[in-house]
Amino acid sequence: MPANSDNTMRSATISVLVENEAGVLARVVGLFSGRGYNIESLTVAPVEDGRNRSRINIVTSGTAMVIEQIKAQLDRLVPVHRVADLTQQGPHLAREMALIKVVGRGNDRAEALRLADAFRARVVDATVESFVFEMTGSSDKLDAFVELMRPLGLAEVSRTGVAALARGTRTI
Amino acid sequence: MSATAPTPNPSATEAPQPGAEVLLRALKDQGVEVIFGYPGGAVLPIYDAIFKQNAIRHILVRHEQAAVHAAEGYARSTGRVGVVLVTSGPGATNAVTGLVDALMDSIPVVCLTGQVPTHLIGNDAFQEADTTGITRPATKHNYLVKRPQDLARTVHEAFYVAKSGRPGPVLIDLPKDILIGPAPYAPPPEAPHRSYRPRREPDPASIARAVTMLKAAKRPVVYAGGGVINAGPEAAAALTDFVRRAGIPITNTLMGLGSFPASDPLFLGMLGMHGTVEANLAMHGCDVMLAVGARFDDRVTGRLDAFSPGSRKIHIDIDPSSINKNVPVDLAIVADAGQALAALNAAWLADEARQDRAALGAWWQKIEAWRATKCLAYGQARGEGALIKPQYAIERLRDLAAASGRECFFTTEVGQHQMWAAQFLRFDRPNHWMTSGGLGTMGYGLPAAMGVQIAHPDALVVDVAGEASILMNIQELGTLAQYRLPVKVFILNNEYMGMVRQWQELLHGGRYAESYSAALPDFVRLAESFHGAGMRVTEVDRLDDAIRAMIASDKAFILDVAVDPAENCFPMIPSGAAHDQMILGPGKQEAAPGVSDEGLALV
Repeated sequence: MPANSDNTMRSATISVLVENEAGVLARVVGLFSGRGYNIESLTVAPVEDGRNRSRINIVTSGTAMVIEQIKAQLDRLVPVHRVADLTQQGPHLAREMALIKVVGRGNDRAEALRLADAFRARVVDATVESFVFEMTGSSDKLDAFVELMRPLGLAEVSRTGVAALARGTRTI
Repeated sequence: MSATAPTPNPSATEAPQPGAEVLLRALKDQGVEVIFGYPGGAVLPIYDAIFKQNAIRHILVRHEQAAVHAAEGYARSTGRVGVVLVTSGPGATNAVTGLVDALMDSIPVVCLTGQVPTHLIGNDAFQEADTTGITRPATKHNYLVKRPQDLARTVHEAFYVAKSGRPGPVLIDLPKDILIGPAPYAPPPEAPHRSYRPRREPDPASIARAVTMLKAAKRPVVYAGGGVINAGPEAAAALTDFVRRAGIPITNTLMGLGSFPASDPLFLGMLGMHGTVEANLAMHGCDVMLAVGARFDDRVTGRLDAFSPGSRKIHIDIDPSSINKNVPVDLAIVADAGQALAALNAAWLADEARQDRAALGAWWQKIEAWRATKCLAYGQARGEGALIKPQYAIERLRDLAAASGRECFFTTEVGQHQMWAAQFLRFDRPNHWMTSGGLGTMGYGLPAAMGVQIAHPDALVVDVAGEASILMNIQELGTLAQYRLPVKVFILNNEYMGMVRQWQELLHGGRYAESYSAALPDFVRLAESFHGAGMRVTEVDRLDDAIRAMIASDKAFILDVAVDPAENCFPMIPSGAAHDQMILGPGKQEAAPGVSDEGLALV
């Protein structure tokens, strides 16, 4: 039972399996904005070929009571099949991909490349004065790399948002 | 017999019909008998199909908002799904208030809206609006039918969604080309819905725990809401059974009135902002609370951190998102209220533990002391020049309506008159009280009464109104005239938006900004101009005769009762105060608790 006095904020990665129909994303997003919940990251794409289903992964934050409320509100949407709180259910994987453009010459450029190597970012585009790195990992790791690139000529970042799955044999 | 009469043995391979015909056939298969609507360009094919058949009756309203409220009144008084048909663009946007009203009060409604043809959608065509976009947060669910093969299936699904789980409004947006072009028919599906399957049966272990908690309780209270009404008359019967067997006090929300007989001494009256002292203090002081089909709304709880501080709470609700939303509870039971109460009754009988009768006796003594404050008492002066107290008018209406021996239904608008009606009309049965609870929609009562009267042609249907609210959908007098619906409008005319004036008096230094009802019409002549009848009464001694004349009239009737303009609605828990900080009204209490700024920000 969530206690009223427990105002500690926690982060939650919630996966939602939905019927892939018109407006379903708007319903989910509208629910969050209409009820004042946070969305820190949101990804959506069709999964399960032939069954017309999409998976939405949402990273949000709130008190225990609010997170429970978010799940209950999602679960009662008509096209929602299942809602899973991966953070609460146990160990899980949460990954995102980023494309990071760094523009520079000389030492900064060499340093950017060395750090990219240390972070296992791949070079997917290069000119004499720019790189585009592709990097996959936890959001924290991406944040850290982006921060390191800032003084080295960080020009632009594009991130996918989080895709998440439970570890082990468990499924949504 | 028309060409579209239902065929006895519909085969799956029959030739496709125009979409509008398929739509009507699906509605018939869903048992629809009445549609409340208003025509327009985009829905002309449906009106053409309606013209060619006799199974479904269409009631032409005078404004689309009223169509939805009428469907709500119909649904709430019958337990069936109310059906609305409006055109695209302004037809749909006018219906939005009604849809949100039905959403907040969990009323099953299916609303059909016309839409421009599919190839024009998104082109800013004439009378185009993004209806599904606009109504997404205004409905339980909505659909845009873009392919003919989805039409019949969508209609069946809409009815299923509207009435399953926590009921609500469902909208189907119908582009004109889908209505004109051929579409295949499909019967209602037998397979369960692919994703929406609300849980109805309670968990037996939780029911057993609830019995243990309730039997051990020293100061129990039952707090029952509109969910019990929505679960059907059997649920109200099971609730009544349970409460009488256990001998414990019960209070109702505004929406739950009628779920337990108000004439029973176990009933404490309504709780909340304008609830009785005994109901609110019982909630505040209880040790075990059983909430059934109620959602701990802010009008009920008052200040949350001071709400029923010492109690363990059991919450039965069909909507899991209602549980632990505002108030954390100790035992959650997700189920249909009727099924849960039936299970609770069975488990109570099977359980051998005894109730703590001594403690219960002491609890009842406390409650009786609270009840003895007679918090609803008012003074009605007599003789020449005496003003009619609004409470007195409602009591006379209640007693004379009962004395008529007819089945009585009451609807209300929103404001002081609504609260007095809730306090003084006593409901012994469910489905006879229709009021806009969650959204608080002024203009609800008249069209809702219209829907009730359509469903119950011989009943006495009264809209208890204020002179301000009634003007919000006054055009429906035209509908009453057209269909000869003898709805009675009982106006408590205090020449103010009474609740606004009350708040301004109590919270805003008596600055009555814009709350005076200036330039009022002559309601009697207004009724007469719409082919009805009317009467105005200003003297206490003439009130009874006027009410009798209203009840006896076979026409739509407005009774304009001039009441004391200064009367306020008490008890009152000011916004942001707790249940034990009620204002009882003049002469009943010395100090009113201060209203905090935080409280002032609440509405």
